[in-house]
Amino acid sequence: MELAKKILKILEHDAKISPKSIATMLDTEEEKVLQVLSYLEKEKFILGYNAVVNWDRFGENGVEAMIDVKVTPAREVGFNGVAERISRFPEVTSVYLMSGAYDLSIVVTAETLKDIALFVSHKLSTLDEVQSTTTHFILKRYKQDNFIFEKPQEDRRLVVSP
Amino acid sequence: MTSNMGKYVSKTVQTIPPSGIRKFFDLVSQMEGVISLGVGEPDFVTPWHIREACFYSLEKGYTMYTSNQGLIELREEIALYMRKHIGVTYSPEREILVTVGVSEAVDLALRAVIEPGDEVLVPGPSYVSYAPGTALAYGVPVAVDTYAEDEYRLRPDMLEKSITSKSKVLILTYPNNPTGGIMRQEDLQALVDIIIKNDLIVISDEIYSELTYNGKHVSIAAFPGMKDRTIVFNGFSKAFAMTGWRIGYACGHPDLIAAMNKIHQYTIMCAPIMAQQAALEALRHGESEMRKMVENYNYRRKIMVAGLREIGMDCFEPQGAFYAFPSIAITGMNSEEFSEKLILEEKVAVVPGSAFGRTGYHHVRCCYAASVADIEQALERIDSFLARHRKG
Repeated sequence: MELAKKILKILEHDAKISPKSIATMLDTEEEKVLQVLSYLEKEKFILGYNAVVNWDRFGENGVEAMIDVKVTPAREVGFNGVAERISRFPEVTSVYLMSGAYDLSIVVTAETLKDIALFVSHKLSTLDEVQSTTTHFILKRYKQDNFIFEKPQEDRRLVVSP
Repeated sequence: MTSNMGKYVSKTVQTIPPSGIRKFFDLVSQMEGVISLGVGEPDFVTPWHIREACFYSLEKGYTMYTSNQGLIELREEIALYMRKHIGVTYSPEREILVTVGVSEAVDLALRAVIEPGDEVLVPGPSYVSYAPGTALAYGVPVAVDTYAEDEYRLRPDMLEKSITSKSKVLILTYPNNPTGGIMRQEDLQALVDIIIKNDLIVISDEIYSELTYNGKHVSIAAFPGMKDRTIVFNGFSKAFAMTGWRIGYACGHPDLIAAMNKIHQYTIMCAPIMAQQAALEALRHGESEMRKMVENYNYRRKIMVAGLREIGMDCFEPQGAFYAFPSIAITGMNSEEFSEKLILEEKVAVVPGSAFGRTGYHHVRCCYAASVADIEQALERIDSFLARHRKG
């Protein structure tokens, strides 16, 4: 499991590093890294690999909102039942159980503001367990998953130095 | 323009050869699409909390001179750090001097101890400034060769062979730029008696000490009888990715530090207070970020060495700093020719080993403070270069 953790730490920062390079970095065999990776993927330690995209650079105008949701926990399943149900909607990209003034924080993406409004009014609010929602639209992204959203920075170092 | 002002330049400066890197720099800096393994500094930007501490100190109005020796708070932190890092206790009041990078400290120390004609033993290959620094202090640099087969450690017999009645200073610079060689406990132990017997002063440049990959850095100052005759240099450039701040320090006997401070006060006055404030933050709160950077260099060290070996280059496994120093013997070229052709044909910049001393003629320095993607791309390009230039 120590090796697995080390592999995950490396991939967490850069999922494109090849198993061969990881093996070199960790003084082990490529075969071994591949084995661990397939175990981690099968057992859902690794849920997937996706690129962190700055769509603004393309001029695409999708909309994203964070919605605070108060819910009534259900017998037996607590918050899990409703959280899992909400997670099924394809427009929902993240769902978190929170401490504090509300219970669930969910992230929703759609093409337009109206789509999100419709999702809230037609799908989310109509769930029996949902007591209330507060929708916050994301206006601009500055940092996400460790990446700062800015124009590519050139290497400012001298090309050759002693 | 008057035709020949060069005649006014002092003989001492005239006789110092120009840096072997300079010419190469001019060649590279006009090219596009170059992958550079030629840099001598971290690819990380100074950690944010350190930069932020500097902003804060500016906001508070810390823009004045400090004492010549540097902020006392900083010297106290340096003393704590040195005790923990190399196990030697220095008095913040009398045994520590904050300088404008280790470069200044090297210059001060050489000028403080050298009489005209004194010999300074400089193990090579090593960083470019010790021999010129010696010459500027009217001393005589004496190269002591180290070799790949000894893992670039300074051998006691090589040292002994180079000592004359004029020898006064031994420069130690481990972990070493450009070779990545280090001196372990037993390697240093083997030198101690020779140093004491010949009454040498040791100038120990330990700027890469935190970048030691297998085991812990050992300083010669920690050996019995060595603290007083050793001036240890360290700084923030490499470990904390603070090259442009120009901040370092020297630790040593009060008499030597006072002598260095005398030159420092008349030539530099003090290190910039902004850099000193940032350095204070680095020592107080910078360790965890620094460890992460070191772990990263270590990963890339392995990628670089494995890659070089895979494409058929003979490469000693560097134990410190962030350079690999592979042999280019398979091409039959000397290091300048190799480096120049490599940049022109494949747009990969490396530094010719000859810039670092005479045993570097068949080696080049490849810095692995670069992204894994760049390292791998550079290795591919070197591979295709070798395919064309392998000797018979």
